[in-house]
Amino acid sequence: MRAEDYRSFEERLEGWPVRFTSYRLGDRYYCHVDNVEPGAVIARAETTTREEAEGSAREQARRRLSRGRDGG
Amino acid sequence: MPDYSHPETLVSTDWVDTHRKDPNVRLVEVDVDTKAYDEGHIPGAVGWSWQTQLCDTVRRDIIPKEALERLLSDSGIDNGTTIVLYGDNNNWFACWAFWQLKIYGHDDVRVMNGGRKKWLQEGRELTRDAPSHPKRAYRAKEPDLSIRAFLPEVQEVVRNRTADLVDVRSPQEFTGEILAPPGLPETCQRGGHIPGARSVTWSLACNEDGTFKSFDELKELYAKAGVRGDRPIVAYCRIGERSSHTWYVLKYLLGYKDVRNYDGSWTEWGNLVGAPVEKGAA
Repeated sequence: MRAEDYRSFEERLEGWPVRFTSYRLGDRYYCHVDNVEPGAVIARAETTTREEAEGSAREQARRRLSRGRDGG
Repeated sequence: MPDYSHPETLVSTDWVDTHRKDPNVRLVEVDVDTKAYDEGHIPGAVGWSWQTQLCDTVRRDIIPKEALERLLSDSGIDNGTTIVLYGDNNNWFACWAFWQLKIYGHDDVRVMNGGRKKWLQEGRELTRDAPSHPKRAYRAKEPDLSIRAFLPEVQEVVRNRTADLVDVRSPQEFTGEILAPPGLPETCQRGGHIPGARSVTWSLACNEDGTFKSFDELKELYAKAGVRGDRPIVAYCRIGERSSHTWYVLKYLLGYKDVRNYDGSWTEWGNLVGAPVEKGAA
C-alpha cells in the first residue's frame, strides 16, 4: 500500500489559516486539516472519495475553530 | 547529510527504505496526530503516543525512567539498537521523543529527514499491519538534565541574561495576540513572552517537503535573531514539544554546545503569579 493522489493546500476558515492534506490509501481517502502553525491536526475524515473527505473535515474544522473564537 | 555538525543523527527516506528490515534498526513513528499511525505506517515501525506514552500520565513530567525502559523493551529495542524516529508535521513529535531518549542516554538515535510527509509524498510502502518484535532487555541511564531547563534556571536567565532565550512559537503567540494556536485549548492565563526572548518560529527550520534547511540557512536563521551558539541557549514554546525540535536543530544540526529545552514552557511561565511578561513585537 502506498499513498496516492497526495495533495495539500491552504485556505481560511473562521478567519484562521488552515491546511488541508488529503491522499488515498488502499480504497480509502483520508483528509486532515491542521492549523498551519504549529500544524496541529484539528479535524480529520476518512471516506471513499476525496470530495467527501475534504468536505467532512472542513465542517469539523469550522466547528472547532468557531468554538475556539469564543473561548469554548 | 554532510553539512551538519552531527550528520549521524539524520537519515534520509532512501536510507530508511534500505535499512528498515535490519534487525538492529527499529523505526518508531511519533505523530502529533495520534491517529495517523493507524492509517498506515512504514512496515515494521512501532508507534508511540506522545499523549499516553512519552509522558508521566499522573504528574506533568517527561516519561519516567522505568516506563521508558518498558516502552523500549516492548518495542524490541535494546541499548545497542539504532532507533530511527519519524513523524508527521516536520518531525515535530519525533524530536520530542529524540530529546527524551537523549535525556535517558540512548546512544544511537536518528531522525528520518522529512518525516511521514516526505515518505507519503514519495509514494513509499505503507502498511496497517501491527509490527511484531520480540521483547529485548533495556536499561536506561540516569537522566541527563544538562539538556533540560527547569523554571528556576529560566528565572535566573531572565534576571541575569545568562543565556539566549529562544521562543519558537508563532509570532502571534509571542506578541500575546493569541494565547494558543487556533483550535487548541487556551492553557495559560496570560499572553506574551518571557522577557528577553527572541522569536524564531520552530517551523522556519524546515523546507516545504519537511526536510531540514541546510546548515548555512539554519545558522543564518538563528544568527539573525542574535543566537550564535557562543552562549548557552534555552528554547521554549507552549508545552515543550515545538522547542524540542528547535533544540535538536541547534544542538545536533548546528552543533551548539549548551542547548536546553524548557519543557515547562509558556504553559508554566504564563500561569505563574507575578512572573514578568513582555508583550509586543517579535
